[in-house]
Amino acid sequence: MENILLKIDNITKKFGSFYANKDISFTVRKGEILTILGENGAGKSTLMNIITGFYRQDSGTITINGEKVLYKSPRDAMQYGIGMVHQHFMLVKNHTVFENLYVSLKEKKFLINKDIYKDIFGKIFQEFNLNIDMDAPLWKLSIGEQQWIEIVKLLINDCNLLILDEPTTLLTPQETVFLFNFLKKLQEKGKSIIFISHKIKEVMELSDRITILKKGEFVGTLNKNEFNEDTISTLMVGSTIKKRFDKKSHASDDILLELIDIFARNDKGLSDLVNFNLNLRKAEILGIAGISGNGQKALAEVLTGLKDPTSGSIILDKKDVTNGNTRQKYIHGIAHIPEDRKAMGIAPDLSVEENLILKNFKDKKFGRFILNKKNLHQYANNLIEKFNIQYGLKKAPVRLLSGGNIQKVIIARELSCEPTVLVALYPTRGLDVGSQEFIHETIMEHKAKGMSTIYISEDLDELLKISDRIAVIFRGKNMGYVDPENTDKFIIGKLMGGLTESD
Amino acid sequence: MIKIEKRDLSSNNFAKGLYKLLSFLIGLAMSTVLLKLLSVDITQFFIELYQDSLGSKYAVSETLLKATPLIICSIGVSLAFKMKLWNIGSEGQLYMGALASTIVALYIETDSSFIMLSSMILASFLLGGLWSGFAAILKSKLNVNEIIVTLLMNYIAILLVDYLVYGPLKDPAGFNFPYTKQFPDVALLSTFFNTRLHYGVIIAVILLVIYYIIIEKSIWGYEIRVIGSNPNAAKYSGINIDINIFMVMFLSGGISALAGFSEVSGVIHRLQHSISPGYGYTAIIIAWLSNQNYLGILFSSIFMAILFIAGDTLQLNYQLPISLVNAFQGIILFMLLISDFFMNHKISIKWRKND
Ligand SMILES: Nc1ncnc2c1ncn2[C@@H]1O[C@H](COP(=O)(O)OP(=O)(O)OP(=O)(O)O)[C@@H](O)[C@H]1O
Ligand SMILES: [Mg+2]
Repeated sequence: MENILLKIDNITKKFGSFYANKDISFTVRKGEILTILGENGAGKSTLMNIITGFYRQDSGTITINGEKVLYKSPRDAMQYGIGMVHQHFMLVKNHTVFENLYVSLKEKKFLINKDIYKDIFGKIFQEFNLNIDMDAPLWKLSIGEQQWIEIVKLLINDCNLLILDEPTTLLTPQETVFLFNFLKKLQEKGKSIIFISHKIKEVMELSDRITILKKGEFVGTLNKNEFNEDTISTLMVGSTIKKRFDKKSHASDDILLELIDIFARNDKGLSDLVNFNLNLRKAEILGIAGISGNGQKALAEVLTGLKDPTSGSIILDKKDVTNGNTRQKYIHGIAHIPEDRKAMGIAPDLSVEENLILKNFKDKKFGRFILNKKNLHQYANNLIEKFNIQYGLKKAPVRLLSGGNIQKVIIARELSCEPTVLVALYPTRGLDVGSQEFIHETIMEHKAKGMSTIYISEDLDELLKISDRIAVIFRGKNMGYVDPENTDKFIIGKLMGGLTESD
Repeated sequence: MIKIEKRDLSSNNFAKGLYKLLSFLIGLAMSTVLLKLLSVDITQFFIELYQDSLGSKYAVSETLLKATPLIICSIGVSLAFKMKLWNIGSEGQLYMGALASTIVALYIETDSSFIMLSSMILASFLLGGLWSGFAAILKSKLNVNEIIVTLLMNYIAILLVDYLVYGPLKDPAGFNFPYTKQFPDVALLSTFFNTRLHYGVIIAVILLVIYYIIIEKSIWGYEIRVIGSNPNAAKYSGINIDINIFMVMFLSGGISALAGFSEVSGVIHRLQHSISPGYGYTAIIIAWLSNQNYLGILFSSIFMAILFIAGDTLQLNYQLPISLVNAFQGIILFMLLISDFFMNHKISIKWRKND
């Protein structure tokens, strides 16, 4: 067939005795956007790694433009015009944009003529309206901008098939819209795209076809006219996701935690907290809306004691816990789902079980000097089952888990020690729909038991769904509270942009 | 064209073990070739080596005698490695342990060998611990790299001991040899079965058991592994990193120092110039070779001990320099490093453009 770019047949990949991919076949046509959907751990990233030559399949074949290929390395895939932006991509942070692009070129001239390449790169930047300084070091760029660089890398190497593994997980809604326009432009130019995402709405909008995987196996492919949320989720998990959501067990009116006139420095390039005020009630879910980079990270770090405010005070139950002994105790009662999972949330070389007790390993049930392995197994198995953590091989180090499952390990651990306050940064990023729902339900359950939550997210639908109140953060300031029952996305959007409600 | 790509074999322990074994055998084969070039009769040499290291009760005891300081130092080094602290000052810590034991043995007067030996152990443990603990403090307070500090402190320790045995501590009745007076009887570890093998080997085994329990079984070992894997996660879960750096470094140096105690009290019976043929450096190889696993430490140490005996055999029977042992160690280590590279990278050679 003329218009088939990539065809894979009966691909199987085992890790030890665990099947990550089993007998998978599908095709990608020229100029189409094909989405791969599947739960966390379904084997999407593994399959893409096989298509791009990072892993070698145990059996099955890959055919590109009618030619059977056997890669020796990822560079080979690049020669065939296939490139990928990884789920956890890695750029050289201290190098400039230009240097990062230059080193990725598959064919390099011996002598660097900077100007020629700057011209070539510059044209691509211009064509897609990318406003990025080529001499800026990478760490100065936002995650979204860094992702553009990854995509541009594929374009300068003439890739015809671009594979994007969860590119929208870390993007703001605005950046997502921008990315989609960009992808559609590429499609018009005849490029094919394999797209991975857990956000069904955006997937239905963007893709021409959807291929669904489940537990490492191929389930089916849908054409555009067959798209339907229920069909999709039925295929993905075997049942439709229940929409029932009994919202409010009422928050009390008593104030539990107060931030008063907090000033705090943030990391380079992100907003500091300036004169920030916030109050959190008992058994309340307080949503924090805002475009990321407006002080959310500093806020979470101040709340969880990872960062000291330069001035201002933190009051818990009418007691000042900004400094001193009380602070330590306060920090201990707080659970935290950090933004950067790999850097903060896990000990990557330790097993899932060992990571699950990272927060409460000092509990008596795990022993005083000798680790009580029996209780550890029991405790961990319980959480693994409850949160449906798919770990592949038992005892495998946690870094080998799929992205979503790493996130589940962190959430399971944090919620299991019955915190009084939970500070969650983008907790459902990278989770499949079912798991998102499960996380929401679990947080609601804990709320009913009295836990207060500060829920930081960019997803307004999510915030409107679960919050009792929503505060909006903009350039390190609290712009005010809104009641999710009596507001709409438009008003919140205005506050997020720094305007007031009446503007 | 030759291409090098990264790969991850961490889920395949069998392949990893096989690679290590293979490269080890290649290293051994290359060492044999080296001997051949020095016109050593290989078969004859291996027969002799077998007789000297494993062939009789006495031979075995000599192997264990050499394995003792190796096991002890390797435990010290491995403990720090588990936390990704690179203590390469084991040799210096061994010397400081020997020095502390000597001072106690020569200047404390007691008739109880229990009091004497336990004071010697305590003194060497403390001095060795402080010696490496200093590097820990520099690391956590001033962010000075512990590799450099521990390495340089080796030279200080060795030269300090030299200064003392050539000067203030020299035995006046020793015909000007660079050694101290012999220790009193109460300061000597007793020996077994009419051989030179002494109670130090028991200390080594006890330490190995303690090491196993700390790393594999204890909560503290768990903390050490968390820090080694991701210091940020450790900090986040409330583990105090600075204190752990100090404690682990202190313990690491203290344990290495016990090897010094065991050597002077069990074998040499005095302090002298050059008390160790590089046990502390060999321990680094062992810690790496064994992946800091307790059984690995035991077997690698015994193997390295046999290698030291091979050096003795070559020196006595073939008049070859004992430093050949260093060459063998170097070759084997080099092979293992190469295998490590192959484990983490995939190399392919491409002849034509599209094959
Ligand atoms: N190198 C490896 N060794 C062992 N198991 C692995 C390895 N890589 C992946 N796995 C396992 O294979 C399964 C599939 O992982 P994969 O990353 O492909 O999932 P995914 O569909 O991309 O999930 P997510 O949506 O969470 O990113 C997981 O259970 C994971 O633990
Ligand atoms: Mg994935």
